[in-house]
Amino acid sequence: MEFLKEFGRFMMTRKKYWLAPILLAMLLIGFLIVFSKGSATAPFIYSIF
Amino acid sequence: MKILGIASYYHDSSAALVIDGQIVAACQEERLTRIKHDSAFPVNSIKFCLQRAGINAADVDHIIFYEKPFLKFERLLETYLAFTPKGFISFARAMPLWLNEKLFQKKLLGDELKELGFTKEQTQKILFSTHHLSHAASAFFASPFEEAHVLTLDGVGEWDTTAIYAGKGNELTKLHEMAFPHSLGLLYSAFTYYCGFKVNSGEYKLMGLAPYGRPLYAELIRTHLIDIKPDGSFRLNMKYFDFATGLTMTNKKFDELFNGKYRSPDDTLEQVHMDIAASVQSVLEDIVLKICFFLKKKYNTKNLCLAGGVALNCVANGKIEKLGLFENIWIQPAAGDAGGSLGAALAAHYMHLKNERRIELPDAMQGAYLGPSYKDDEIEELLKSKGAIFTKMSDEELIEFTSAALQKEAIVGWFQGRMEFGPRALGNRSILADARSEKMQKVLNLKTKFRESFRPFAPVVLEEKVNDWFNYEKSSPYMLMVAPVQKNKRTENNMKELSGLSKLNEKRSEIPAVTHIDYSARIQTVSKNSNPKLYSLIQRFESDTGVPVLINTSFNIRSEPIVCSPEDAYRCFMGCNMDILVLENYVLLKEEQPEKNKQDYSHLFEKD
Repeated sequence: MEFLKEFGRFMMTRKKYWLAPILLAMLLIGFLIVFSKGSATAPFIYSIF
Repeated sequence: MKILGIASYYHDSSAALVIDGQIVAACQEERLTRIKHDSAFPVNSIKFCLQRAGINAADVDHIIFYEKPFLKFERLLETYLAFTPKGFISFARAMPLWLNEKLFQKKLLGDELKELGFTKEQTQKILFSTHHLSHAASAFFASPFEEAHVLTLDGVGEWDTTAIYAGKGNELTKLHEMAFPHSLGLLYSAFTYYCGFKVNSGEYKLMGLAPYGRPLYAELIRTHLIDIKPDGSFRLNMKYFDFATGLTMTNKKFDELFNGKYRSPDDTLEQVHMDIAASVQSVLEDIVLKICFFLKKKYNTKNLCLAGGVALNCVANGKIEKLGLFENIWIQPAAGDAGGSLGAALAAHYMHLKNERRIELPDAMQGAYLGPSYKDDEIEELLKSKGAIFTKMSDEELIEFTSAALQKEAIVGWFQGRMEFGPRALGNRSILADARSEKMQKVLNLKTKFRESFRPFAPVVLEEKVNDWFNYEKSSPYMLMVAPVQKNKRTENNMKELSGLSKLNEKRSEIPAVTHIDYSARIQTVSKNSNPKLYSLIQRFESDTGVPVLINTSFNIRSEPIVCSPEDAYRCFMGCNMDILVLENYVLLKEEQPEKNKQDYSHLFEKD
């Protein structure tokens, strides 16, 4: 809950409201992958995140 | 006011503790976990910082993280959207990691901190700096300047890749920035990758390789890969790069541009790779110098501070210094991401809490000796437990003995006082050797450090004698400046007739082991105040030989984090070609050590 509040404040400050539906959709779909473990960065030569 | 700065979850995690504006401790996690570029939450570094200050977790007033995760997430999403449908594989791999943990970094940090004894109230108040502000703060607030401009250059933080800040008193104001994907750091890293070196650590190699080549491809780079404006701003042509959305740095088009000269890490280095290295180095210098001219013209900058990974490119730094545009230049020794923890803590102290600026001379970094130190009884206990043979000497005996050994071409592991913060060993966790020796560069590279023979070594020189040996008059305590060896110290040779790595075999000066093939040297100056023991050793070496210069290279083998503890040092000593180990005042000779303690552990580390 606190995360959503903070992310909401972030979007207001940055005025990037289009992030909201994308994030929401990803969080919903994310339930499928959230529990998939393993290193996601391993195959990257240079991870940009 | 006690402020803990944290950098983690990307690469080079670290922690730093600032109390009432003074830097009390700072440490990179890799040194304690022995995992190179460790990106894990810096639990060990935080414990060390608290222990060093003699405080508990509950005593810390503020905790600050070095960047803003939400802003980074925004950049990722925008980048993927901008390039869609390209980059779906990268997107599909990145998002689980973000949705799983990185997006919830505040909670993640809070959970880790609570394990260390921090309270819920403390973790709820965690502050978040921005990546480039952390870099800028690490440079400006640690510098001796009341007023300066700060140039930060690196791969990428949240959005920024290059930024200019104005620093005054306890304030830093951003004046200009360039945003991802247009990044000088990533351009250099792309070539690092293309020449077969590891991104985020092999950039030094590319810089070291550059003098062996000619900048034949510089124009090609300028024409196709990057559009450089007169003020030093630039745009990358993303048609040639893959890093924004792919799994590699460069793409097929890039490879075609360089006639398919991609080198895989195990391939032999060819002249073409040296020419490519020289070309990108020349482009990088061109951009950095253009930015400097812009700063001078627009703001009449007197004092310049530098930070960010690109500020570790000491060849470019040397060119800035040579320009003579600025009265003073100060570069943060932990210019890479590890320095972010320190910068964040300083930014909290000055910018968030509005404390009065405290200026320390020569700077606030205390020689970068901010890490752990070890007492005699700890060292002695360790050596006894290993069955090691050792002698304890007085300071005078130690200096005399070490100087004599160095003259006989002994390779000496020199472990003293507090460990350095940042990528350079500055005389407390160093390997020292005689710079006059013609064979030393090869021996040290191949047999001691197990790395490529072309890698240059740096000299450490008495501060007051620097100009006798190098065309450089200022101090360079953090080994971040490159300057040429004085002409009268150079020797006759056939360099002009040779090409590529064959130049290595030519004696270039009276101190060949630290003279790069273009006669340059990456200088560290040492003064009586900055490191009294090392100063005494070099002074003694000079009175014995007439040369106030030694080789100073980091105490580690290839790809290993620099040693931190006496145990790390003893293992390294026993695992490579090193003749003598000096742990504080304990002296160990390799030939006297038990055979059973000799162990080659180089296979434990990946090639960098």
